[in-house]
Amino acid sequence: MLRAVMPMVAALGLVLLPHLGQAATITTLKSLKLDVPTSDAMFPAGPGSDAINNNCLACHSADHVLNQPSLSRKAWQEVVNKMITAYKAPVSPDDAKAIVDYLVRTKGTS
Amino acid sequence: MRDHDVQPSVLTRRRVLGGMGVASLALMSAPASAQETVDLHVPGGPGTRMITTSYPQKGRMILQRSSPPWLETPFDVFDKGVFTPNDQHYVSWHWANFPGDIDVDSFRLTVRGQVNQTLSLSLKDILQGLPRIDIAAVNQCAGNSRIYAVPRVAGAQWADGSMSNAIWTGVRLKDVLDRAGVKAGGIQVRFGGLDEPVMAGAPKFLKSLTIDHARDGEVMIAFAMNGEQLPLLNGFPLRLVVPGWCGVYWVKMLNDIEVLDQPDANYWTATGYRVPDTPHNSVKPGETGFKMVPVTRNAPRSFITNIRDGDGVPVGTPASARGIAFGGDCGVARVDLSIDGGKSWQPTRLGADQGTYGFRQWQTQFTLPASGAHTLMVRCTNTRNEAQPDFRIWNPAGYLYNTIETTHVVAA
Repeated sequence: MLRAVMPMVAALGLVLLPHLGQAATITTLKSLKLDVPTSDAMFPAGPGSDAINNNCLACHSADHVLNQPSLSRKAWQEVVNKMITAYKAPVSPDDAKAIVDYLVRTKGTS
Repeated sequence: MRDHDVQPSVLTRRRVLGGMGVASLALMSAPASAQETVDLHVPGGPGTRMITTSYPQKGRMILQRSSPPWLETPFDVFDKGVFTPNDQHYVSWHWANFPGDIDVDSFRLTVRGQVNQTLSLSLKDILQGLPRIDIAAVNQCAGNSRIYAVPRVAGAQWADGSMSNAIWTGVRLKDVLDRAGVKAGGIQVRFGGLDEPVMAGAPKFLKSLTIDHARDGEVMIAFAMNGEQLPLLNGFPLRLVVPGWCGVYWVKMLNDIEVLDQPDANYWTATGYRVPDTPHNSVKPGETGFKMVPVTRNAPRSFITNIRDGDGVPVGTPASARGIAFGGDCGVARVDLSIDGGKSWQPTRLGADQGTYGFRQWQTQFTLPASGAHTLMVRCTNTRNEAQPDFRIWNPAGYLYNTIETTHVVAA
């Protein structure tokens, strides 16, 4: 009800004072059973794409990386180090190097 | 204000990942279809994002990350009122492992640690057995506006929409702690939810507050937003609300409260979410030698919501400007508008005060004196007389940006 009212109020240029008593009337909650979408997208193919697909997609979707800005090799190395040391991604040294190279090649600066 | 160009789209609904490996991921294929996108207009990397309507209980959202979800509130929502509709309240999760299936009868909130009596509270205990309060408060990610950092930095590339305002209904954390009885040695309170790391050994997402903050009578355990139960993705059935503080403290799907007798050493409290201990938490890129401190409170911010970058404005006749502001961890004292790039400022009229920690509307009239390019700026000063800075805040992780916003317009 609140949601339906707000756009109209904004259109009129008024400020609505919500009825605070309304919120206090909730007495029970309803169980939820919902599907949360995810993504099956893989990284664009190229040198190192197997390493980044195999090591990174278990924790986050590819768009996490693809939406990042272009960064220096040092910055990408720091990102990969953080995933391994802070977030415990089990990445082998060889794969870590391949991932950094992939990121620098596809999303590097200069 | 940034221009958000919108074009037409669709995403597909998928089962929750829930720790699936890469092999099973590869079995699901992505159907391509015409997709509505938004252009966030940033240099140095992708500025285009899909608009999604595929997430449960959520309307049109900017898709910043599919999993774990980062869903940003489209900026036009902020022009429609001070309270963000629940179905467009932004969404941010650290770990992909959180349940989509929550049974309200079996759910329990545990209160343990340095307490006289460990509690296991049902939702009925919380909704029907404790006094309830309402607080309007902005939930803002510490990284809101990170995409505008110059130079760009890694992290969630939020534009200005990882903030949302709601009336939260719940019980005081203080009352719950008092029911358990905090022992004399309790110095911090740590909060955990139903979300779990995907990788073994990775740090569970936990955040802590000092015992005094936890008992201030404002920190609350919320079971409703804007009069309805919380959407799943905003933390159903319970989330911590820490008015005036960054959203990272607002632990979702809260099911564990632990009173500690020593400082919390977990990664998210002791290591993550750090900013330079400098004025406005700002440093020069490449600068070193500063101390790092945790992000805590929100800083004052204000936005023009009815005029976008690049808009045309009639010359020589009064035009309306309006928007929203919030004081951070206190109220809004004033919002000023500049039509000459910050050389001079004029006061605006504030809308009704609907809560110290919530958005406050402002509006005014202005007249651009000559045709051509003009720079509009809007500045909030909070009730502690702290104003938004006019220089560009930067820190390595892109946290707590609250520089005065600029909107370029053309008078004709």
